[in-house]
Formats: sequence, structure tokens, C-alpha cells
Amino acid sequence: MLNVSGLACSRGERRLFADVGFSLAAGEWLHVQGENGAGKTSLMRLLVGLSPADAGEIRWRDEPTPSPEFRRELIYLGHHAAVKEDLTPLENLRLAAALDGIALDERASLAALIRLGLRGREDLPVCVLSAGQKRRVLLARLLTRPALLWVLDEAFNALDAPAVKLLGELIAEHLSAGGMAILTSHQALPVPGGKALVL
Amino acid sequence: MNALLATVRRDLLLALRRKSEVLTAVFFFVIVTSLFPLGIGPEPVLLKKIAPGILWVAALLATLLGLPRLFAADHVDGTLEQMVLSPSPLGLLVAGKILAHWLLCGLPLVLLAPVLGLQFDLDASALVILTLALLLGTPLLSLIGAIGAALTLGVRGGGVLLALLVLPLYIPALIFGAGAVEAHIAGLGAGGHLSLLAAMLALAVFFAPWATTAALRIALE
Repeated sequence: MLNVSGLACSRGERRLFADVGFSLAAGEWLHVQGENGAGKTSLMRLLVGLSPADAGEIRWRDEPTPSPEFRRELIYLGHHAAVKEDLTPLENLRLAAALDGIALDERASLAALIRLGLRGREDLPVCVLSAGQKRRVLLARLLTRPALLWVLDEAFNALDAPAVKLLGELIAEHLSAGGMAILTSHQALPVPGGKALVL
Repeated sequence: MNALLATVRRDLLLALRRKSEVLTAVFFFVIVTSLFPLGIGPEPVLLKKIAPGILWVAALLATLLGLPRLFAADHVDGTLEQMVLSPSPLGLLVAGKILAHWLLCGLPLVLLAPVLGLQFDLDASALVILTLALLLGTPLLSLIGAIGAALTLGVRGGGVLLALLVLPLYIPALIFGAGAVEAHIAGLGAGGHLSLLAAMLALAVFFAPWATTAALRIALE
């Protein structure tokens, strides 16, 4: 489904990586590894179409990306919290869905927040939550936005042990339902199988 | 279209939670336009002559005050990235943000202008023309300003650069906006000026969201 070939990226004079290629089929996931500054985040941003590649090709369902169809089937969670501090987790989740053109009722959003262990926190402003809890608000989007390809950059940061386990389970469920995932992390990930890509 | 309305709703809700940011621009407009009659003194003829220019310049500067924040918060917390990657067209989301900016920073100026115009001894029909001109002109200011805000996003000292970039582009709106009221007072009729303002607005509605979208994509690379 996702075919990447000959991808190259440089920042200024420095060549970050060149000739990166891999392919993902339904149910597979890729673990992008590398030292700090190796270009993991740059690769993720290239893959989702936030920045253009110097060379190479990214094809989704045999069509070149980025395309509206690709964006509809993609969810990207990066380093940023991407939640509004002045809004509550519930408002954040529902407004994010509305911006994406997805109808999301209150029951479904509550269920997602409860699954992420935010029961009783849904009506507090996000600014009073801890870093890990903010991360959980963001991760709740994985449950409310249907997407085939999950691109998660350092998604396990700031999470406590139960949350790491939970996210591992979510990814495993997603993969067994035919989804795909691309993850970066320095730790060993609690997800079985998976291809590795070392930058 | 739903995505546009959702963006407007989101930005209005955010402004409601942080009222001071919106009120600053409105109070700036009220204070600046009130300082001139106080400084110049009770000279109705002179005040009447300078009123359109002062109200329009104050409206330009008040709009400019809120512009750096138009995309900055969304840029810092990563929401802008999510908007770019959203299945909804980015142009619609950007249009929603501009509309919300106008509702928060432009519409209050339009509604306040007739009251503030009284300080300059403008008569009722001139106040109507002033309000009409601002009603057509302030959305134009928001639309042009959004392009500048997107171009200077993430630039250090972007606020000053934004002013240098956007204020020259505001000149046509200023000339025809203030000119409408002046022409009306002089008995020439404001129709021509207002039509030109409306034409510029129509052009900007079509062009500005597109240009802003392109600038935002570059800013995020």
C-alpha cells in the first residue's frame, strides 16, 4: 500500500539521509531508528507531506502523495501537543474531529478519553493537566479519527508504564484490523513484529 | 463548509476563554479615536474634516494589533500542522480563521464606529456611510493581513516585519474607505468609493485564502 523509494533529505549543507526505501502492506509496521539528529522526524515529515523531499518517491495505493485521498487515510502525531490549552479534552477532541470534517458525538469522544485513562478529566482545561495527560488527549484522536496509516513520532514520550502498554495495545489492535503504522522511538516498543529502518 | 464553520466556532471559543486579547484591539481603537478630539479641541469644522481619515487609520492599526496572533498560537502548539494534514481543504480552514478574526477584530470596530464618529461632529448620514465603508473595508483588512501573518509566521521580530509588509497594502482600502465619507460630506455621493471597496473585497475573498494557504505551507516546511 505504501511504497517509498530513493528518498533523500538534506538540511542546509548537511545530507541527513539518502536512498531510503521501504514498503508497508496491511498489518505491517515500521520502526524508524537512529541517533539524535539522524533525521527521524525529518523522515516522518517527508512521509506525511509536510515538507518536500530532495529526491525519491512516496506512493500510496500506487498513487503519488501527498493527495487528499492520502490525507484522509493518514493520521500523524508529532512532537507537538497539538491540543488547545484553554479548551477541555472533550472540546479538543470534538473540535479536532469537526475540523477534519468528521461527525463525532459526545458519547464516542468520552469513550475514547476513558479508554485513554482520562475519566474525570474530560471537563478540565488542558492547561491544568500533566504532560503525560496532554499526550493522552492527543492519542485519543487515534480512536476517534478513522485512518489506515498511523505515523507516530516519539509517541511514547512522557507516557507512564500503563500508558505505554495501552498505546502498544492500541497499535496492535490497529495492525490486526489491517492498519499500518510507522513509529519512531529510542526504546524497545511493546508491539510484536515489525520491520526496522535504521537511519 | 462544515470545516469552515467548525474553525470559526473553535476560534470564537478560544477567544471567549482568553478575552483580553480581543478586547485590547477594541480598546485601542476607542482610545486612539478619542485622543484626537481631546488633543485638537472643540473645532467642529476641523474635526469633521479629519474624522474619516482618523477613524480609518485607527481601524487599520487596531486590525494590525491582532494579526501576529492569527496563526502564531496554532503554529507553536502544532495545531497548524494538523490543519495542513487534515482531510478538509486547508483553504477552507484558513478562510474560517480569517472570518473568525474579522468577527473578533473587525466587526466590533464597525459597530463602534458610529458612536465614536459622534465625537467628530459627523451627522447621521455621514455616520451611515462611515459604517458601510468599514463594513466593506474591515474584512478586506483581515484578508490582506492574513497573507502577511502567514508570510511572517515563525520569523523573529515578525510583528514589525508584518506591519511593514501589510500597511502599504492597506493604502487602497484607506483611500477609498476614508474617501467615501469625505465624498459624501462634500456632497459628491459615496457610491463610487463603496463600489470600489466592494470590488476589492470580492477580489480578496477569492485570492487571499489561497495566497495565505500557500504561505502557510512554506512556513511549515
